[in-house]
Amino acid sequence: MNNIKRYAGIIWIVLGPLAIYYLIKTAAAEIAKKPVIDTKIQWAVFITVFIPIAFGMMLFGYFAFKGDYDHLPESSAEIED
Amino acid sequence: MQQNETKTIWQVIAASSVGTLIEWYDFYIFGSLAPVLAAQFFPKTNPTAALLSTLATFAAGFIVRPFGALVFGRLGDLIGRKYTFLLTLIIMGGSTFAIGLVPGYETIGFAAPVIVLLLRLLQGLALGGEYGGAATYVAEHSPSNRRGYYTSWIQTTATLGLFVSLGVILITRHNLDADLTKSIAKFNNWGWRIPFLVSIVLVIVSIYIRLRMKESPLFAKLKTEGKTSVNPLKESFVHKGNLKMVLLALFGATMGQGVVWYTGQFYAQSFIENVCKVDFDQSRTIIIWAILFATPFFVVFGSWSDKVGRKWIMMAGMLLAIITYRPLFNQLLSLTDTKNKIELTDKKLIEKISSNIESTKDVSIKTITKTVYEGGLLLTEIKTDTLFTETGKNSIKPDIKISKKVGTGDYWKMVALVFIMILYVTMVYGPIAAFLVEMFPTKIRYTSMSLPYHVGNGVFGGLTPFIATLLTTIYTGDKLVGLWYPVLAAAVCLVIGVLYISNKIDPDVND
Repeated sequence: MNNIKRYAGIIWIVLGPLAIYYLIKTAAAEIAKKPVIDTKIQWAVFITVFIPIAFGMMLFGYFAFKGDYDHLPESSAEIED
Repeated sequence: MQQNETKTIWQVIAASSVGTLIEWYDFYIFGSLAPVLAAQFFPKTNPTAALLSTLATFAAGFIVRPFGALVFGRLGDLIGRKYTFLLTLIIMGGSTFAIGLVPGYETIGFAAPVIVLLLRLLQGLALGGEYGGAATYVAEHSPSNRRGYYTSWIQTTATLGLFVSLGVILITRHNLDADLTKSIAKFNNWGWRIPFLVSIVLVIVSIYIRLRMKESPLFAKLKTEGKTSVNPLKESFVHKGNLKMVLLALFGATMGQGVVWYTGQFYAQSFIENVCKVDFDQSRTIIIWAILFATPFFVVFGSWSDKVGRKWIMMAGMLLAIITYRPLFNQLLSLTDTKNKIELTDKKLIEKISSNIESTKDVSIKTITKTVYEGGLLLTEIKTDTLFTETGKNSIKPDIKISKKVGTGDYWKMVALVFIMILYVTMVYGPIAAFLVEMFPTKIRYTSMSLPYHVGNGVFGGLTPFIATLLTTIYTGDKLVGLWYPVLAAAVCLVIGVLYISNKIDPDVND
């Protein structure tokens, strides 16, 4: 099970940049289709919010790949270590 | 559990739930009244006002809510739960009441949309701080073997807040005049202020109740021992041990929970109104009934999670949503599709109204066609055409508005379909407060659980109606294409949740 968790980490790492690429591609296409300020603001908000989340997904994948989720903490003392 | 303790926990639940319900109500009435508010404060003729409208819609939910989670989460871990979620309630109640008092764009000009935008941002900020405080406060009063059950009462508040907001809007809209058309006109003119102003009474009562409550016993103990966190943000998001749990909570639970929540309630309503073309009142009462029947299941699943663990109930809810969303929404479409029904030709009514357009010789022709189908579906088509009498003017495409009123049998079938979707909401959302509380240490619990909750719900969930609608405008051939967003987000979350989350119930949240 721990091996599956670790190898799945690679998928989560890849998912981050893929999401960013798809987001920017769609934003560019939508803004080009309707270049009004409303569309620009809307997509600017989406990109601002989703890029940090995509980095979070990559970090999650990295932790998973390194085996940090092989064992989950059973007490707060373990989290604080 | 002693009788006194039982009494105390119910007081805690009542004090927390009533306030949280009011906050959700306050937040939703703005969204539910968006078209009316747009006409009052954000006229499309002024591009800057229209821009502020976009900001009010997007920024409040997606940026300010997670930011509020950070600001008030930190405060809650530094000064305590009680005063922090009292503060969020005051900010939310004050902003909502103030929106009801702001004069329209026609009266004070550009100041109106600016003030409303600022008040809306304050609402988003307050909401970001409320939920984590209420859930933590109740969980820290609960015995470990009933934590899921007691916190599930807090979980009912978001859905009930939506229920109350829809109910208050419908009641106000229908009761300002004996004639319904005049009543709706009055509502759009000034009556929309009533749902905002009513909120202040509820907020005052809730503040009074909350002021009488004591601080969470676990936080009070930490404070007495001098063990509270010095820097909750750093401990939550910089220390690797806790950060990895924050990321797991987001990608393995709240991301999927958020999209299921918003698809089952908000997107379902938007789909029924805009894609199925069911009229304003029916599209709302269908949701109201479904919420009413499904709400007890928050408590059922919360309580059940105390026996079987939180994980598999939440994962089952996500899996069922992924598998059945397409057939459920397809059924909604089919029930309202006139191609599947036999027209009762003898009941067809066509009315033509012609009127002269002021200061021109042109004529506006309105054709109202009412068609009745077997099963009681009434289709109303209003076609507005302009007849140009002057030469040199090109004719323009007539404006056609379609509205459907479904028959009683189909109406209750639609209620049943939405009920199933909200049942999934109760599965993913009922146990999640207990699940999040158990993941993090007391001293940084408010901060640590608030951020993944509001990113999952505010960002992933809140974007569901926009992204789903956007997909239908890009891929116009499939009316159900919008469902790919919640299905994919829930599927990724399901895989992560199944692989990485533990089903173990934390016996001790005192640490």
